Amino acid sequence: MNLTAVRAIYAFEMHRWGRTLLQSIVSPVLSTSLYFIVFGAAIGSRISQIDGVPYGAFIVPGLVMLMLLTESTSNAAFGIYFPRFTGTIYELLSAPISPFEIALGYVGAAATKSVILGLIILATASLFVPLRIAHPVWMIAFLLLTAVTFSLFGFIIGIWADGFEKLQVVPMLILTPLTFLGGTFYSINMLPEPWHTVTLFNPIVYLISGFRWSFYEISDVNVGISLAMTLSFLTLCLVVIWWIFRTGYRIKA
Amino acid sequence: MNAIISIKDVSKTYASGHVALKTVNLDIEEREIFALLGPNGAGKTTLISIICGIVNPTSGNITVDGRDIARDYRTVRAMIGLVPQELSTDMFETVWATVSFSRGLFGKPSNPAYVEKVLRDLSLWDKRDSRIMTLSGGMKRRVLIAKALAHEPRILFLDEPTAGVDVELRKDMWEIVRGLRNSGVTVILTTHYIEEAEEMADRVGVITNGELILVQDKVELMRKLGKKQLVLDLQKPISAIPAALASYALELAPGGGALTFTYDTQADRTGITALLNDMREAGIGFKDLATHQSSLEDIFVDLVRQSQ
Repeated sequence: MNLTAVRAIYAFEMHRWGRTLLQSIVSPVLSTSLYFIVFGAAIGSRISQIDGVPYGAFIVPGLVMLMLLTESTSNAAFGIYFPRFTGTIYELLSAPISPFEIALGYVGAAATKSVILGLIILATASLFVPLRIAHPVWMIAFLLLTAVTFSLFGFIIGIWADGFEKLQVVPMLILTPLTFLGGTFYSINMLPEPWHTVTLFNPIVYLISGFRWSFYEISDVNVGISLAMTLSFLTLCLVVIWWIFRTGYRIKA
Repeated sequence: MNAIISIKDVSKTYASGHVALKTVNLDIEEREIFALLGPNGAGKTTLISIICGIVNPTSGNITVDGRDIARDYRTVRAMIGLVPQELSTDMFETVWATVSFSRGLFGKPSNPAYVEKVLRDLSLWDKRDSRIMTLSGGMKRRVLIAKALAHEPRILFLDEPTAGVDVELRKDMWEIVRGLRNSGVTVILTTHYIEEAEEMADRVGVITNGELILVQDKVELMRKLGKKQLVLDLQKPISAIPAALASYALELAPGGGALTFTYDTQADRTGITALLNDMREAGIGFKDLATHQSSLEDIFVDLVRQSQ
């Protein structure tokens, strides 16, 4: 294991993040906080509680999840796409480093950024809404697991993409709608049939539900199923990455 | 001399069906400067990319210092530095950061003193805190060399190191490469500038259409294939080559003012003395003479033409 190399990639990526602080921290924190201000502090008091949780507090886990999914995906995707775009990937490919170590460096950095962002947003949220965390350990576990899983997913997108547009398509056109319709702003139990059943096919429902359970002990689906779904997606991403490096898909001629 | 790189029956056909390399066999000796010479699209970059692990070969084996490049990739790649043809850099990073990153990526512990030495040797020290995007093309090329040297490689690949570089910088680059060789580094460079190979290389390999058509010691190559020409400026123009001189390989310049005699430097007798005697007898005097040796360029053009 070439730990020096993994550390070099990790430090390089974190440094890139530091260089673009405004875009990479301020912007997601601000845009997520606007929801707390509007739905939590401003009109939240006019909306009735959901399962005994004030509305402003109810939406926090879903919003953190939304940010976590989009940021992890686009960060990791950009991280590996950029060297492909500029041509500097030659250096990664010619270095004494295994594909697994390359992925570890990029995915590790992207996941770290998302977790830090998530914690900042939670801290910000607590200023506007009454936040309560029933199971902090599980909360952190879901946070980490989701950040890692979607950073792996982003890494795959970054290798698959052949233009900047494709990098944006997945977070904007797939993840964001699925998160909005996956119970960020409502409990899916409030939906009439057949929409309730249809929603269960949205994988993000399970992520949000499990994450929300770690805060308020309320969930749309069983926590065990949430965990199992997250782990299956993680495994799926790992298998795809293993395949990518085995075949050299889009990286090695 | 030991072969530090040994290429056996390597071929490459890209997914598009393009055959970039037919069967290539080549040994690179330790501490030599080897120039891979060929026109654009001949397969130079493909061959280098295969050795460096960027492109997978379709068939064949390569060993570096006796180790298989695929099985022992960690040991092998740690020994190799690559300067690519394209100026691909992390443009937003500083020179210092990008060179230090390269060292780490190749698994070497941080060593600011060494990085400083590399930057000083390449006249980059003053630019260490500059972002790469602010540097000129020549400076970027130096940054790429610094990155390739950051992990103290024993073998350095330079893919078209002086493409698009001005004359002065090209001379600097040659100095740098010679300095590296003197410090014990084996250098393999590709170029389509023949003067570059002529200036620097110990051995030359000519590649065209994916085939290595010739590998030879440069001096030997030039001696063997080199033809010399003797140009005689005549005192009085003549209208045709006299019958008495018909047996010589002579060419009359347009206007009849000069005779060009082509001879083989390898032959025991060049025929110059006999020619001059016969000319005197035929009453043809000359006022000046010059000899001209064919350059690597002439040899190269001949070779490539023959192979087509």
